[in-house]
Amino acid sequence: MNDWHDVGCLDDIPPLGARVVRSAQGDIAVFRTADNDVFALRDRCPHKGGPLSQGIVHGQRVTCPLHGWVLELASGNAVAPDIGCAKRFPVKLIGDRVLLQVGAASAGGEEQHGAAA
Amino acid sequence: MKERLVLIGNGMAGMRTVEELLKIAPDKYAITVFGSEPHGNYNRIMLSPVLAGEKTVDQIMINDLPWYAEQGITLHAGSEVVKIDRARRQVIAADGTTATYDRLLLATGSVPFILPIPGNDLPGVIGFRDIADVNTMLDTAQAGRKHAVVIGGGLLGLEAANGLMKQGMECTVVHLGDVLMERQLDPFAADLLRTTLEERGLRFLMGMQTAAILGEDRVRAVRFKDGLEIPSDLVVMAAGIRPNITLAKQSGIHCERGIVVNDTLQTYDPRIYAVGECVQHRGQVYGLVAPLWEQAKVCANHLAHYGIGRYLGSVTSTKLKVTGIDLFSAGDFNGGPDTDEIVLRDPARGVYKKLVVKENRVQGAVMYGDTVDGAWYFQLLREGTDISDFRETVLFGHAHMADAGREGHSVMAMSDDAEICGCNGVCKGTIVKAISEKKLFTVDEVRAHTKASASCGSCTGLVEQILAATVGNFDATPKEKAMCKCTEHSHDVVRKAIREEHLISLREVFDLLNWKTPNGCHSCRPALNYYLISTWPAEAQDDYQSRFINERVHANIQKDGTYSVVPRMWGGLTTPDELRAIADVADKYQIPTVKVTGGQRIDLLGVKKEDLPKVWGDLNAAGMVSGHAYGKSLRTVKTCVGSEWCRFGTQDSTGLGVKLEKMTWGSWTPHKFKMAVSGCPRNCAEATIKDFGVVCVDSGYEVHIGGNGGIKIRGTDLLCKLTTEQDVMEYCGAFMQIYREEGRYLERTAPWIERVGLSYVKSRIVEDDEGRRALYARFLESQKYAQVDPWAERASGAVDAHEFKPLAVMA
Ligand code: SRM
Ligand SMILES: Cc1cc2nc3c(=O)[nH]c(=O)nc-3n(C[C@H](O)[C@H](O)[C@H](O)COP(=O)(O)OP(=O)(O)OC[C@H]3O[C@@H](n4cnc5c(N)ncnc54)[C@H](O)[C@@H]3O)c2cc1C
Ligand code: SF4
Ligand code: FES
Repeated sequence: MNDWHDVGCLDDIPPLGARVVRSAQGDIAVFRTADNDVFALRDRCPHKGGPLSQGIVHGQRVTCPLHGWVLELASGNAVAPDIGCAKRFPVKLIGDRVLLQVGAASAGGEEQHGAAA
Repeated sequence: MKERLVLIGNGMAGMRTVEELLKIAPDKYAITVFGSEPHGNYNRIMLSPVLAGEKTVDQIMINDLPWYAEQGITLHAGSEVVKIDRARRQVIAADGTTATYDRLLLATGSVPFILPIPGNDLPGVIGFRDIADVNTMLDTAQAGRKHAVVIGGGLLGLEAANGLMKQGMECTVVHLGDVLMERQLDPFAADLLRTTLEERGLRFLMGMQTAAILGEDRVRAVRFKDGLEIPSDLVVMAAGIRPNITLAKQSGIHCERGIVVNDTLQTYDPRIYAVGECVQHRGQVYGLVAPLWEQAKVCANHLAHYGIGRYLGSVTSTKLKVTGIDLFSAGDFNGGPDTDEIVLRDPARGVYKKLVVKENRVQGAVMYGDTVDGAWYFQLLREGTDISDFRETVLFGHAHMADAGREGHSVMAMSDDAEICGCNGVCKGTIVKAISEKKLFTVDEVRAHTKASASCGSCTGLVEQILAATVGNFDATPKEKAMCKCTEHSHDVVRKAIREEHLISLREVFDLLNWKTPNGCHSCRPALNYYLISTWPAEAQDDYQSRFINERVHANIQKDGTYSVVPRMWGGLTTPDELRAIADVADKYQIPTVKVTGGQRIDLLGVKKEDLPKVWGDLNAAGMVSGHAYGKSLRTVKTCVGSEWCRFGTQDSTGLGVKLEKMTWGSWTPHKFKMAVSGCPRNCAEATIKDFGVVCVDSGYEVHIGGNGGIKIRGTDLLCKLTTEQDVMEYCGAFMQIYREEGRYLERTAPWIERVGLSYVKSRIVEDDEGRRALYARFLESQKYAQVDPWAERASGAVDAHEFKPLAVMA
């Protein structure tokens, strides 16, 4: 279950954008920043479940499309004053392939986020 | 190694600069602070409420000692710097402490002016400047001493006198002139104030010159020039302040009245900056905090080596912080031969308001008894707004203007559980609590911490009032608000740069205007994208990732992540074929809800994202295009049946509505733009609450602008009357274009018109034929690039295909 899955190539995700990966754990949003870092979060905003994949990506953050919460892509944590956290998934780049680990989801910031450029 | 920054003066201006610097360049400097007072830094303006017993010293601390440690700042509290060795770049304190600097910041504030008269050094003679002074006053009162004399009937003197009286002392205010607070009040308001204060028990000696302070081991009495003597156990000198420049002068830094600085707050020694009351900028010295906040921002920016921003001087306003007395003044309130005065006096209510006006622009204001609109007048003053459109009613206040909805009464009279922000359900008590506990100073901070006024913004005025009443007279709003936290620049400045520097991409804007973030944020990017494509329609590339999701996928996101689809129904007209196609689409894609919208068309709600291109394809096949129900763009053109069927109809309102919609659909605007055409003054299409509305009459067409329903309802203003449909089209295109070019992003036509004035719009559209035609031509030109059906592009799979498919599906 803890395998890395090849979910596509970097260019399938627009810079400063996101795409969705459907999984048994539900939808996962895979983000790409301007510097080609990739991050993955559960596609549900901790506020009221808004689809984070549809938000505006800026710096290393995403703004939820529904009520404008801002979340840190690396940790999934909401930026103050809001409080909440979206589950994050390990994701990494090997060459231009995007690899996602779905089994080992974690909610905290203890694991390395696996961003590579 | 980090550069070393040393700050002399642990007061309001210096520490504000440090805080601003920590925000933008937290790791640049190792910071050392010297302060002669043995405290952290505190909100000096709140000393008056402390003296009056309304606050405690703890409640007015801005940063306590642990805060400095947390930030890694070395603080020498209670340590006065006595020497700056500029050659060695070292400062030396009286207790022997030294520190070396790469950059030095002077913020030594002011010292009270002590009258040069015999006895001025007796114990019991003090200024009103710091916590030590307040403690002396409180101790004197508690020791049971009865008589206090305050010399100086200005802002500080009156606050001191009021506080001492509250502490049980009998207090006399001595004033050299015969107008109290003459730097803030005109004689009429000053008299009202004096009467009120006398009723509360203060005594005044006006037109009196103090000759000597008498006493042996402490003060006993005060003697005046005319020989009168009055007993006194305490004398507070509040006869003015002087910039504290002794140290700077001794160190050879160029000083005149204050330490002379340029627009970047740099002194004549390039390593040394200065901010606050100790500086002299363009010949001015300041004695209020609002200018210091602006200085702090600019100075921090230069200390961080960003090198943008200049301080250009400030206009200030004042309030007296004596509970129960509402008093406000700003600008030039005395006026002169070339100014007019608009005055309202209502002695029974104890209200006096005066505006000084020159060529229809506010130059100054004095208000007594009712100051709710102080902030509004101050804004009119700073922005130089032309008030001719509402000159007759300006003194009745903002609430009286067409965009009512502002609370007319003082917010402080409201109870703690009164809801201030309807969008986010925030009550007054929550806001007050956040302001005092988290030490908030600006509306932005209140917004970030409480969400009040973070959504529709209609309660911003109330939040400002609560802020002002809770923290005192803070007014940190710069002259023009910055677009967002990514930049110092206002919407107008950015837009001007885009036009004048011919910027055609976000990258160019970020680089040229020194954006603070690498790629903006959700707030500035959509605005910039709009400014770029509306200014350079043929050249600027629409930046897809800078659009809100609705405009990216051309449908409205719903609370469950599905979308709604609204096809255009030109002027509200539809056909059996269109209705059949809609019904088929709803069946085929199992769309749960079909609803008639408030805008005369049909909404398909609950469409799955991946079905969107197919739904559009089917609707396109039946001849329908996107209704832009999701866009900052032309929305609907509502019509009534008009002369074709209605027995009262005077013109073909339906036909004209369709023509207007065909001309304007697809255009991007600063905010959404709605139109309507009614066939007669019964106005069944509600044209008088639209951004552009037409009411047909027998002799032609009445053209109305600047209305909306929504959060703050505003009826339209009549722009003019026209006789042909072609004229209506031209005026409509020209009006949309001027709004597109000059409205700020997310500013609808209603607030825009209130900002620029109806007369201005008339001068551009009605009175300037050539200008109107040019605007109309520019509108039509930009429509060439805009009228592409976004649905057809996407239904074909040619554009943004990735948006509608998952990246991968895992087992
Ligand atoms: C669908 C519709 C309600 C309905 O079922 O009838 C609607 C739905 C929404 N309106 Fe509206 N408004 C709709 C007619 C109106 C009207 C009536 C009208 O146009 O005559 C008004 C008042 C008139 C006006 O705008 O002046 C109206 C005033 C607003 C406002 C307040 C605007 C203001 O300036 O104060 C907002 C908030 C905003 O735009 O920031 C808003 C925002 C919204 C949003 C976009 C809220 C959002 O951001 O998600 C809703 C989108 C729902 C969706 O996904 O479709 N809606 N909205 C109507 C679509 C009309 C259409 O055919 O395009
Ligand atoms: C009672 C009172 C009420 C006020 N009410 C208002 C109001 O309602 N609205 C308003 O806008 N403004 C008000 N003000 C004015 C406002 O407080 C000042 O404009 C502001 O505090 C000035 O900030 P500053 O940093 O320049 O000086 P300060 O805040 O005075 O800070 C200077 C600091 O530097 C220290 N210092 C000086 N020399 C040295 C040295 N050599 N070594 C070490 N430390 C040194 C001083 O001890 C002091 O702590 C009021 C002021 C007072 C006293
Ligand atoms: S009034 Fe408009 S924004 Fe509010 S719930 Fe109804 S559709 Fe949504
Ligand atoms: S659901 Fe994300 S902000 Fe409300």
